Amino acid sequence: MTPVLELRGIDKSFGPVQVLHDVALTVRAGEVTALVGDNGAGKSTLVKCVGGIHPIDSGEYLFEGKPVHVHSPREAAALGIEIVYQDLALCDNLDIVQNMFLGRENKRGLVLDEDTMEEMAARTLASLSVKTVKSIRQHVSSLSGGQRQTVAIAKAVLWNSKVVILDEPTAALGVAQTAQVLELVRRLADQGLAVVLISHNMNDVFAVSDRIAALYLGRMAAQVKTSDVTHSQVVELITSGRSGDLGLTNGVPA
Amino acid sequence: MTATIEQKPEAPSITSNVRGYAERVRGGDMGALPAVLGLIVLCTVFAIMRPSFFTAGNFANLFTQGAAVTVIAMGLVFVLLLGEIDLSAGFASGVCAAVLAILLAEQGQPWYVAALAAIAVGTVIGVVLGTLVAKLGIPSFVVTLAAFLGFQGLVLVLVEGGTNISVRDETILAISNNNLSPVLSWGMLAIGVGGYAAIQLLRARKRSRRNLASDPISLIAVRVGALAALGGLAVYVLNLERSRNAALVSLKGVPVVVPIIIVLLVVWTFVLRRTAFGRHLYAVGGNAEAARRAGINVDRMKISAFVICSSMAAVGGIIAASRASSVDPNTGGSNVLLYAVGAAVIGGTSLFGGKGRVLDAVLGGAVVAVIENGMGLMGYGSDVKFIVTGSVLLLAASVDALSRKRAAATGLR
Ligand SMILES: Nc1ncnc2c1ncn2[C@@H]1O[C@H](COP(=O)(O)OP(=O)(O)OP(=O)(O)O)[C@@H](O)[C@H]1O
Ligand SMILES: [Mg+2]
Repeated sequence: MTPVLELRGIDKSFGPVQVLHDVALTVRAGEVTALVGDNGAGKSTLVKCVGGIHPIDSGEYLFEGKPVHVHSPREAAALGIEIVYQDLALCDNLDIVQNMFLGRENKRGLVLDEDTMEEMAARTLASLSVKTVKSIRQHVSSLSGGQRQTVAIAKAVLWNSKVVILDEPTAALGVAQTAQVLELVRRLADQGLAVVLISHNMNDVFAVSDRIAALYLGRMAAQVKTSDVTHSQVVELITSGRSGDLGLTNGVPA
Repeated sequence: MTATIEQKPEAPSITSNVRGYAERVRGGDMGALPAVLGLIVLCTVFAIMRPSFFTAGNFANLFTQGAAVTVIAMGLVFVLLLGEIDLSAGFASGVCAAVLAILLAEQGQPWYVAALAAIAVGTVIGVVLGTLVAKLGIPSFVVTLAAFLGFQGLVLVLVEGGTNISVRDETILAISNNNLSPVLSWGMLAIGVGGYAAIQLLRARKRSRRNLASDPISLIAVRVGALAALGGLAVYVLNLERSRNAALVSLKGVPVVVPIIIVLLVVWTFVLRRTAFGRHLYAVGGNAEAARRAGINVDRMKISAFVICSSMAAVGGIIAASRASSVDPNTGGSNVLLYAVGAAVIGGTSLFGGKGRVLDAVLGGAVVAVIENGMGLMGYGSDVKFIVTGSVLLLAASVDALSRKRAAATGLR
């Protein structure tokens, strides 16, 4: 089966600083791919390149086997790629419904169809069993970190997308909500979506992922099946870029 | 993960609405409260100190006096919503008014050609300013400060160095000088209140039929009743004879500028609250990066905001030209811009972006007009007026900044 999303030889620099070197990544439908790496390894940058926030300098971007060029968030969304960014992209001055539909509002002619949007948002939030939100018409500014995270995830789930990428979705969450998000991540994959999960927590990674991709200083150290590796091997890949036969030799993939 | 629905739309009632409002105010979201309180205090003070303040004639004056600034402030709200500023809106209105006057007086064009041309000039000004801000990334403060100076010069060029061009076109003069007939005034009020009630009721019914939280009928009744009472009182007073010599010329009815302002208010409120364009304006003002990631063209939103602002400044210029029956180098100058920014901010539009309504401009415009008018009646000169208006603007900006701080503390923004 062709992978939904495949990246090959991605380079990305910010001015003189090269952040991504020759990165390859394969994301398959029905699987959770964990993207791991130390702080500053380039995980968020890679995700922003996928989402059309940053243009890539060079490399191939294949979606469902076909080469595509994604120049804007809209184009990524049109392909069916939804991203929950680490720095949550929510507008504090808008309410939950308004945020979830931002940029893709339901309309009747010129006029916003608030009622339909409200119903759809309520249904999606209910399916994520969001229990603590008082009203879906409350401003996002009045939500806790975890609640905001849930809104951001709900926003990504709303659109029947093919690929959902979550950049450290559980970093700010309590134990119960982390478990919920992980459960949701698993369920999305079981429903046939391709899910990319960025996380620093090895327990979470091993709990839900099918494959692990480890970035080391902007290079893809290895992409392996979760069942083929141990905790300590992954930690080694993250911290030194190699582990036994796996990983980079002299900065080049083995 | 169980799929229990925990969306319990709070059983809506008047009390829960009032409680919600009180919570918002305490949390720093004061909305129109300062402007409304200010209006009440100012009117009381002036009425006590100068009984002539509370006459039908002066009441009508307030509308024609404040109209131009209010309209310019309405446009400024769009720019302020993005966290930008347009310091050139005052003189942009002067430039547009000069174009109007030249086309009317020197080219003999009909009023609608002249008015459309003036608005078109405003639109072009907005495109230029907006493009400089959005595409080149020059801070709007600098771009519009430069334009402020430039347009001041341009007005001088247009009116040929200090002479003034008089406006004699009857239609244009009617805007600030004529009144609707009393019957028409009542009719307009009836349509306004009826339309407002119909919209509110229809929306509530549609929402409750879909099991969504809707405003209770009692709250709608209170709102409609308040609008009818205030509007009715205003129309009643404005329909009183205000001419000193009624036998010679009768002077009664709602000034023509009032329906113009109401139409602009309704149209722009609709745009901001009910269209995707308006939603995106708020989004860009709240978090430009989030808006960009949601696929919103941030540059285009910025340019549109400046276009709306400058075009509304043109409308303000036309109203000012009508009121003065002429255009001179000072049209749109002196305190017009300060008053307009003040009106928007006093009304509750934030200087930090993301928060504001067109209604704010109208409420704030009323406060500014009352100060200007009342102080004039008390015999104060420009010196005191400037100082007081400056202080009021500073006060409004402080309220804005403080409520923002407070909101941050209570997590309400
Ligand atoms: N817009 C930018 N301009 C310049 N440099 C950037 C930019 N964004 C990221 N970088 C740099 O790219 C590198 C990778 O950053 P990135 O945010 O992708 O790391 P990360 O793997 O997501 O780290 P973390 O785990 O801390 O989130 C860092 O050195 C960072 O300084
Ligand atoms: Mg990151």
